[in-house]
Amino acid sequence: MSAIPANGWLSRVKSAMSKTRDSLAAPVNRVFGRGVFDDETWDELEEILIGADMGLTAATEIIDRIRRDALRHPPGDSGELKEMLQAAIAAEMIPAPILGKHDASLTVIFLVGVNGTGKTTTAGKLARRFADAGGTVVIAAADTFRAAAIEQVAVWADRTGAYLVKHKRGGDSAAVAYDAAAAAKARGADYLIIDTAGRLQTKAPLMEELKKVKGVLTRELPEAHLLSWLVMDATTGQNGLAQATAFAEKIGLDGLILTKLDGTAKGGIVVAVARATGLPVVMLGTGETEADLIDFDSNNFAAALLD
Amino acid sequence: MFDTLAGRFTDILAGIRGRGRVDEKDIAEASRQIRLALLEADVNFKVVKDIVADVKNLALGESVLKSLTPGQQVVKVLRDELARVMGESAVQLKIGKKPDVILLTGLQGSGKTTAAAKLALLLRREGKKVLLVAADTYRPAAQDQLVSLGAELNVDVWRGKTGQTAIDIAAAAVHGESGTQPDVVIVDTAGRLHIDNDLMAEIVALKSAVKPGHILFVADAMIGQDAVNQASAFDDALDFEGVILTKLDGDARGGAALSIKRVTGKPIMFVSTGEKPQDFEVFHPDRMAARILGMGDVISLIERAETAVDESEARALAEKLERDAFTLDDFLSQLEQISKMGGLNDMISMLPKHMLPKELRGAEVEESGLGRTKAIIQSMTSQERQTPRLIDGSRRARIARGSGTTVTEVNGLLKQFDAMRKMVKSAQGKSKKRGWPAGFPG
Repeated sequence: MSAIPANGWLSRVKSAMSKTRDSLAAPVNRVFGRGVFDDETWDELEEILIGADMGLTAATEIIDRIRRDALRHPPGDSGELKEMLQAAIAAEMIPAPILGKHDASLTVIFLVGVNGTGKTTTAGKLARRFADAGGTVVIAAADTFRAAAIEQVAVWADRTGAYLVKHKRGGDSAAVAYDAAAAAKARGADYLIIDTAGRLQTKAPLMEELKKVKGVLTRELPEAHLLSWLVMDATTGQNGLAQATAFAEKIGLDGLILTKLDGTAKGGIVVAVARATGLPVVMLGTGETEADLIDFDSNNFAAALLD
Repeated sequence: MFDTLAGRFTDILAGIRGRGRVDEKDIAEASRQIRLALLEADVNFKVVKDIVADVKNLALGESVLKSLTPGQQVVKVLRDELARVMGESAVQLKIGKKPDVILLTGLQGSGKTTAAAKLALLLRREGKKVLLVAADTYRPAAQDQLVSLGAELNVDVWRGKTGQTAIDIAAAAVHGESGTQPDVVIVDTAGRLHIDNDLMAEIVALKSAVKPGHILFVADAMIGQDAVNQASAFDDALDFEGVILTKLDGDARGGAALSIKRVTGKPIMFVSTGEKPQDFEVFHPDRMAARILGMGDVISLIERAETAVDESEARALAEKLERDAFTLDDFLSQLEQISKMGGLNDMISMLPKHMLPKELRGAEVEESGLGRTKAIIQSMTSQERQTPRLIDGSRRARIARGSGTTVTEVNGLLKQFDAMRKMVKSAQGKSKKRGWPAGFPG
């Protein structure tokens, strides 16, 4: 895989967030800049975390902990306090190498999530990344439900030179996965990306269908390195917890991709998700171009969340 | 949540009664509980502050303290207040001059294209001739998506020519180039971030080009704290008329509805409640308020039941339930009725979660298998239908053979039936113990 420049993450997140940084920086810097650490300071810091969708439980616990630490080791100045908070947020996230260590010749990326989070766009961006690294990529158009979903992913396959396996709309997504597995084997592909239909986690028959698709992949590609990633929209509120829990329970998850970080939403829900499920965030979607998919780094994420 | 919220208030109020007066500590504790409930439902924290300030005194007001079930009375007071903030009643979309233009806008993935098709269907049912305009020229195959939905629903779609801009496409459609003479033109646009200056400028230009009679902001019910940023930016740029809230068929509590109304003053007008084109309804503030507080949408459920269920049949069934004599035969006839009411999953999704047995929480029941379920029951002897526990392994195998299904499916049905009986029993138990919880329409 092509290495992302070491300084790439922060600069891209920052440039993606540059339009909003002014307004976002204001409350944080106001709180830190006051230089007084009274009840009001802690309440305002907690609100900033809640405002980032971290949820009340995670926000309260993190602030309480920092507050205790600050009593024992008083921060010299507000900059130091900010670093403590940043480190505490980063520590909640589980570090994980993107693809993990493995010897398999084929890596399968199974993309799942609720409707409209950006699975198809992420599939396209992943295909670009893998192709740029010199890999042979097969994409499975396993969203056979949404109108024109197949056409949409076909455009991405075309742009990135990936081989597309598709059936007709309304077809069986497990059958698409089956054919895609065969195609990946026949072509000696390095990567197989499965784009699935969005589904709310409360729809049991649709969740069952997803399990069936994964079953086909594990059965047909026993030697492959299979990763199931939940694609989550950064604007998601507390329902993100229910999403991650339900998908993890039903099909088993290996990680999260957080999309749409180029807006004003901070995506703090992934902190709550990491605490509840132990799932790592692997990548971030930061825009609409093919290159806007970057590796996750917990320190940079925590910094961006507070900046 | 409803249970816990009502329960927590019962404790606070018990203390007040013991002392005979409300003190600062009570008010602080009541505020804390309300704040917690609203934040868990994704209401924006600034909006939460305002609302808590407004209702904390109401929550410990006379109507609550005098009530026999004060914990539940608090929740009712809260629900009424939230409903009031979201608007007293449903707001109608008034279609005017022909052709009237409806412009849909919103962020990526909020569900604009699907909402466009659903709105078209709703208006056509009201006798309007609708033209859909596919003006999302950015997302790959977005135009194909709308064309395909239009074909399914038998609604005309105008997509202009390849290479045309969104403004050209929409303007041509509004100026009659499609030749279809619609009453209403619905323009679907590309998703855009509220901070993307170029695309926001484009949608403002599109507005001046087609002069829409209505601009609707499409928002995902699952969005969290960011709802206020998005909605106010779009409102500042476009002065939209109202909101379509999508993906309400999940289990998100939908606090975004409250946030958006509070910061823009614009009403939620429609809600999208499922994958089917007809899953699209007028917004009811009182129902949404109940949902935000975790109470489920019991009013909608009762309304549907009233239109679908024959009263005398219902009474006969209620008697059977009372005697715990509900059999698989009754189940069979219920299945017919349930599909008339929009399906079991719809009904389950409208109930407050705490009323459901564990097996049904967050679960969804297979409905496409309704025919198979019928076949399975029809392959049972009448004795088996009356006393399902008679059905042992060998009977299950026979029933599976007879109905052309599998033993697993037969097992599944029996389990489902059992879960339903439990649900009925637990609902009954609750209504016997405490009466229908206050705050529910009875």
